[in-house]
Amino acid sequence: MSLLRIRNLSVDFATASGRFRAVDSVDQDVNTGEILAIVGESGSGKSVSMLALMGLLPWTARVTADEISFDGQDLLNMDRRARRRIIGNDLAMIFQEPMSSLNPCFTVGWQIKEALRFHLGLDRRARHARAVELFEQVGIPDPEKRLSAFPHQMSGGMNQRVMIAMAISCKPKLLIADEPTTALDVTIQAQILDLLAELRNETAMGLVLITHDMGVVAETAERVSVQYAGQKIEEQPVVPLFRTPHHPYTAALLDALPERATEKRLPTIPGVVPGQFDRPPGCLFSPRCKFADDRCRGEPPQPCGADLGQARCFHPLSTDERLAS
Amino acid sequence: MLNYVLSRILTFVPTFIGVTLISFGFIRVLPGDPIIVMAGERGLSQERYDQLSRQFGFDRPIYSQFWDYFVGVLHGDLGISFVTKKPVWDEFFALFPATLELSVCAMVFAVVLGLPAGVIAAVNRGKFFDRALMSSALVGYSMPIFWWALLLIIVFSGNLGWTPVSGRIDLIYYFKDSTGFMLIDSLASGQKGAFTSAVRHLILPSIVLGTIPLAVIARQTRSAMLEVLGEDYIRTARAKGLAPVRINGIHALRNALIPVVTVIGLSVGTLLAGAILTETIFSWPGIGKWMVDSIFRRDYPVVQGGLLLIAVMVMIVNLTVDMLYGVINPKIRKR
Repeated sequence: MSLLRIRNLSVDFATASGRFRAVDSVDQDVNTGEILAIVGESGSGKSVSMLALMGLLPWTARVTADEISFDGQDLLNMDRRARRRIIGNDLAMIFQEPMSSLNPCFTVGWQIKEALRFHLGLDRRARHARAVELFEQVGIPDPEKRLSAFPHQMSGGMNQRVMIAMAISCKPKLLIADEPTTALDVTIQAQILDLLAELRNETAMGLVLITHDMGVVAETAERVSVQYAGQKIEEQPVVPLFRTPHHPYTAALLDALPERATEKRLPTIPGVVPGQFDRPPGCLFSPRCKFADDRCRGEPPQPCGADLGQARCFHPLSTDERLAS
Repeated sequence: MLNYVLSRILTFVPTFIGVTLISFGFIRVLPGDPIIVMAGERGLSQERYDQLSRQFGFDRPIYSQFWDYFVGVLHGDLGISFVTKKPVWDEFFALFPATLELSVCAMVFAVVLGLPAGVIAAVNRGKFFDRALMSSALVGYSMPIFWWALLLIIVFSGNLGWTPVSGRIDLIYYFKDSTGFMLIDSLASGQKGAFTSAVRHLILPSIVLGTIPLAVIARQTRSAMLEVLGEDYIRTARAKGLAPVRINGIHALRNALIPVVTVIGLSVGTLLAGAILTETIFSWPGIGKWMVDSIFRRDYPVVQGGLLLIAVMVMIVNLTVDMLYGVINPKIRKR
């Protein structure tokens, strides 16, 4: 049985101009010790679906699903108090902006010890020892001294390490990393990704990596789920996905990688992700897809079988077609 | 930190000179002559008038009068009241504890109710409590103090008889005012019922004086909280699985406090100004009443000295507020 199981998750936002569906019937599974990458452009609902899982969406959001279960517990119908005992404990999350994700008014030590007291009930001395141990584990030099530093006194990379230390403080079974390296320098990015992978190897926790960087996916992930405009449009293990993407969107994303460029000019995907008002009636990718026909434009496609990576497409690509195109 | 304090104190110098100048000029611009007022209806001869005029230095040019006053101020000498013939300094500090006691109680009333109200309104924004609170805050802010005071007196002192109408303590109690603070003195006197009486006398004036700061603090807390609640670190706190009380009361409020502390500091100026009305209505023997009386008597030294001392108090409060910023938010401390 999988650690995390999401079935038919949808998230709607009440906006001044009506409802906006940010996540549209998404299924997701994560197994213990697995690294799942969720990729997609900005606005594809990657973060929103995971924030919904954590219960961190603002009050304007409405979450519906057939099933959200974590570690055998039903998160969907659980009362808030019980849910708070899981969030931050077995199920943890780190965010995109390490600098603004830490409270500027408190020392990082205070912030990390807070979770230890709340979830594990450790006494003062044990909390301190554990905090030092965690800082060492995430590679923060001079942990004793750093514990009494404020977030603004440290770099973005160090702050992200603090965030990671905080997230893993209660030995979570699943860690969700929401674009953990987007705000960081390239050299620091690699370090943080290595750290996450290493922690996964040591503790056998599941890891969900939300990113829009295919390079990060290739280096770190084991299974990849591609999202577009709130829908999951394809899912494959990482190697086959890079070799034979089935959805034209995935193929286009991969073609846009600089490492894969065959011409001097980098291929791009024309247009942008459809917003609240310009959603096509058929396939959401059809306005930008070079394979789209009338059927694609008129009728929403359903996911194909597992052999085609559950691609939401009427014309899923196979190896031959890709070579031909 | 020391450098910061020193540089802040240096900026007091021009403010101080300006306040001295304005308070000196203000009372002299008003029509009316202190010597005539002093003489009363009886009037006085031209000879006597000239004599007094010389005695107070009114015959000399205005800049020379100011210079004398300014040099006196720098020596800590604010002059002697025309009316009571006592040093202004002594009079001020004999009356100031009463005003301070009232202001502190009014502020405690405003902060103790205003902070939680603002937090609760922000957390429940758009709901009934929020709307009700923000409308009553607007009413509280717009209400004339004297009307509100009279209304409360009519209801609670007149109709219900719960609180006394005026003064600081019932006349049956008598003790030496060693500190000038009635709450402390009445406790120290050990007389039965004295402290309760002092508290009962404080209730209505504190509510009246604290109403406007209460409204301002509640509204400011609400808007500061609303801003902070959208921050990333609040999401982090929620991702830790913390209880909402802890998130709102510690993680968010600490960050929202800076603008709130600012309005609390600014309210101190309003309090001292509001004290003039409140003290007059409740016959509270503080500096507000003293200043009003002195203006009517054209008691130049008292008015200019009193204004100056009040201004210095407000400056000290605002310096304290600036110091507090660094304590509340360490990010500001670095500068």
